[in-house]
Amino acid sequence: MSEDKKKTGLIFFPAFDWAISPTHPEREERLLYTQDQVFEEGLLDLDNIVEFKPGLATIQDINRIHICAPDAQSVITQSHLISAGGAITAAEKVMQKEVDNAFALVRPPGHHAMRIVHGARGFCNINIEAIMVEYIRHKYGPRKIAVIDTDCHHGDGSQDIFWHDPNTLYISIHQDGRTLYPGSGFPDEFGGPNALGYTINVPLPPNTSDEGFLFALDNLILPILDEFKPDLIINSAGQDNHYSDPITNMSFSAQGYAILNDRLSPDIAVLEGGYSIETALPYVNVGIILAMAGIDYSHVTEPDYDPDAIRQTPQTSRHIEQQVSYIYNLWKNRESQRAGVVKGGEYARRDKSIFYDTDGISEHQEETVRICDECGGLVTVNSRASTGNRIFAVMIPGQSCPACRKKGEEIFESTNKGSYNYMYFQDRDRDIFLVK
Amino acid sequence: MIVGIDVGGTHTDAVLLDNFEIKKTAKVLTDRENLIKSLIEVTEEIFEGEDPGELEKVVLSTTISTNAIVQGKTDRVGMILAAGPGLSSEMLRINEDTHFISGYVNHRGIRVADTDRGEVAGIGNIFKKEGIDHVGIVGKFSTRNPGLETEIGDIINDRFRHISFGHRMSGNLSFPRRIATTYLNAAIWDTYNAFVKNVMEYVKHTKTTAPIYILKADGGTSEISQSAGYPVGSILSGPAASVMGILSLTNGSKDAVALDIGGTTTDIAIFAGGTPLLEPLGVTIEGHKTLIRGLLTRSIGIGGDSRVRYEDGRLVIGPERDGPAAAFGGPSPTPTDAMIALGLTNIGNLDKALKAVKEIAGVKNYSIEEMAKEMFDLVCRKIISAVNEMLREINNKPVYTVHEIFEGKKIKPEVVYIAGGPARPMAPYIDKMLGFPSCIPEHAEVANAIGAALARTTTELTLLADTEKGEMTIAEEGIQTGIPRGFTREDAIGICEDKLRERALRMGAQEDDLDMEIIEDQVFNMVRGMGYTAGKNIRIKAQVKPGLIAGFKKEELNVRR
Repeated sequence: MSEDKKKTGLIFFPAFDWAISPTHPEREERLLYTQDQVFEEGLLDLDNIVEFKPGLATIQDINRIHICAPDAQSVITQSHLISAGGAITAAEKVMQKEVDNAFALVRPPGHHAMRIVHGARGFCNINIEAIMVEYIRHKYGPRKIAVIDTDCHHGDGSQDIFWHDPNTLYISIHQDGRTLYPGSGFPDEFGGPNALGYTINVPLPPNTSDEGFLFALDNLILPILDEFKPDLIINSAGQDNHYSDPITNMSFSAQGYAILNDRLSPDIAVLEGGYSIETALPYVNVGIILAMAGIDYSHVTEPDYDPDAIRQTPQTSRHIEQQVSYIYNLWKNRESQRAGVVKGGEYARRDKSIFYDTDGISEHQEETVRICDECGGLVTVNSRASTGNRIFAVMIPGQSCPACRKKGEEIFESTNKGSYNYMYFQDRDRDIFLVK
Repeated sequence: MIVGIDVGGTHTDAVLLDNFEIKKTAKVLTDRENLIKSLIEVTEEIFEGEDPGELEKVVLSTTISTNAIVQGKTDRVGMILAAGPGLSSEMLRINEDTHFISGYVNHRGIRVADTDRGEVAGIGNIFKKEGIDHVGIVGKFSTRNPGLETEIGDIINDRFRHISFGHRMSGNLSFPRRIATTYLNAAIWDTYNAFVKNVMEYVKHTKTTAPIYILKADGGTSEISQSAGYPVGSILSGPAASVMGILSLTNGSKDAVALDIGGTTTDIAIFAGGTPLLEPLGVTIEGHKTLIRGLLTRSIGIGGDSRVRYEDGRLVIGPERDGPAAAFGGPSPTPTDAMIALGLTNIGNLDKALKAVKEIAGVKNYSIEEMAKEMFDLVCRKIISAVNEMLREINNKPVYTVHEIFEGKKIKPEVVYIAGGPARPMAPYIDKMLGFPSCIPEHAEVANAIGAALARTTTELTLLADTEKGEMTIAEEGIQTGIPRGFTREDAIGICEDKLRERALRMGAQEDDLDMEIIEDQVFNMVRGMGYTAGKNIRIKAQVKPGLIAGFKKEELNVRR
């Protein structure tokens, strides 16, 4: 590990009085044992670890990234404002250079929340990393940002939000979608026509252990980051790849998580999932905090840790090697693939059916993006949900070109409300959010 | 009659209270090498002509433990640590005699690895060979399961003069702090116990049967023989006496700031509704962060005698003190000289004060008055900024529930109490800058002794119940016992209060002073697998909070308008 100590900010918010339901994995108890371990280790007394109280995200922060139907207030609880606010606090402390890096150890999580929000899916209502990313750009100007999603589940919400954004490199490393919720996140999901290659999915087979994760990190993620040269690296830090997690099938360990964070060296880490609350989270979180702070983490192991018992098979290793080389080639050839995707059209459209498992809502979406060489492209969405809400949204990307903005304004102006319950206009550069 | 005695660095003060009124005060020089001598001197002076039969109790605030630590008059301690996974042993090692063993318990208090008897006995042999008489045994999460520590103790018990156990120090979490606390406790054990013995012997010679109490860092008292098992509890009783003194002289019931402006330092404490705030985990002494319950105080290196000078064109005050103020024959200009020059006070020699201020006025071509004003302003601003910083920290302390984020109580001081030499000249400026009124307690010169005399007995307990394990622990009392599956939060609160009462009474509390409150109250459903509720995790902490003994009915001191 690196020997340099870093000043690390910790934003800890376990929400001890908030649960989706009393026995839901996302319940009061989730970070209880993590708190115990962090406190008992005395981490907050170390000179280079500082705890900060989370701030509150605002409705404006949410509306900068999401279109919530009917509005942001109706799809969130106070706890969401705190967890998104905690991520923002982490970003602020890093951007203001009060700390070298920061970890928002907060709940509830967010990476399954998509651009359009009709309710909660995958335990998520709003996407706390995406809100933080857009907050950073709003306050500190354009930034190239890499979001590395190390949660065991494909971060389909984050992927949806960053799909058309060439300034955000979104890499999700997760358990193969054929074997786990949400069932997506395959290598051919590779970004929208204006941001091809800036969404990268690395599905790993069940029972992948430390060496598989670290192989993908060293041979795929780190080389791509070297080429992308982000201003900020964010770890969307799920902890459910752990060998003891009750709702997944992977074999990652606390040591693996610590080494991953040591090598990835994220500027900001934000907690996502992770439901082995008693046998994994206390050790994984201590490992991540120590790794970020540049403190010896080699003694952080689970009481029952036995690397030989959970080691991946040689077949798994070979599969991962092939997968990594295939995906790296996709990335290398991203420019040349664009012509085939764009096919000379002016707009590209995709239709999506989305199920909100947590709230039991179905949604159908038609999303249209303007093919654009200058920016991420104007996006419009026509969405219909089983709640009865039918909405239309016009979204001008950050760092937009004049043509996309003008076109978006015309469309919002000229489209008749007709059968829509609500129409939204979102302009990130100008921080404008309109509803009609 | 109650006697309060405060052993300070320079003077030992005593005050005799009769029916809560000051009847007499006494003062002797402190003999740092022989504190007992100073105590006896001041006691005999204050008792001159009094009837020992009338005496209800004596409360001592002594520097015996603090001095032992600060001056390094400590014994060698053999430390046995049951650390388990986590921070590396190099970060936990507190001295050269620290040894790590393989047994450990996890965060739920479940024993993961057993004690290796041979390993422990071997470490005992090493200690013996090294001539070590004092041992500290500390396990990670030992507050959740004291059994491992006591088992280690049983293996080596008969071979050492004293063993300090980590779980007895505090119910709070923090393994490094538990290590430091246990180490210090064992290291000053002999010094403190010799002191207790001497005091008891002296008391035997006198005709009184009144109990003797010791003031602790948390502003509460403990009967002296009860305090013998926990020597570190009596460290930093000086600042605690000062805070309790201000409380007894003002009898405040509001959110307030207390300033004690001395010659070298200014001490700041905060009251919430009349109760002094405690350090969240424990006090810090000589760089050791501990679990010793103590009042939250901040000390800044600025006082009436601080040296004032220009450094690189910037006016600088303190933290050093070259001697008394120039007006009293000192070598350098000080804030006191500035106050004299401005006519805010008429103590000392005016000419000497003016001359000292004039010496540095030349740097910026100031007149004497301008210079004195600059100096005075800077002192006030420094103190105010330290107060505001402390309030900001307290009010921004992280909290862990949605309720507390939105509804959490904030400290909003309504008054600032100011004690110390420069209190009178500074009060009008400080209260204006802080934005709330000030008041200056009378008899502040013996505030510490009065504070000790009027402090009640305090203590706290932490109860953890895990109904899945079917077990409850109260670490500070060494209790670890089975509970039925249906054990509830109400059961836990009831037991915690009973045990707290017993503990407080044993420490010498009066029934009337058992002002108990629950300070932590959490219940978590432990859900395992997909939705099976395996049990409840109940966490209760209760305390007798710092305050004044019952019967004391002074009118709340009015604020200056």
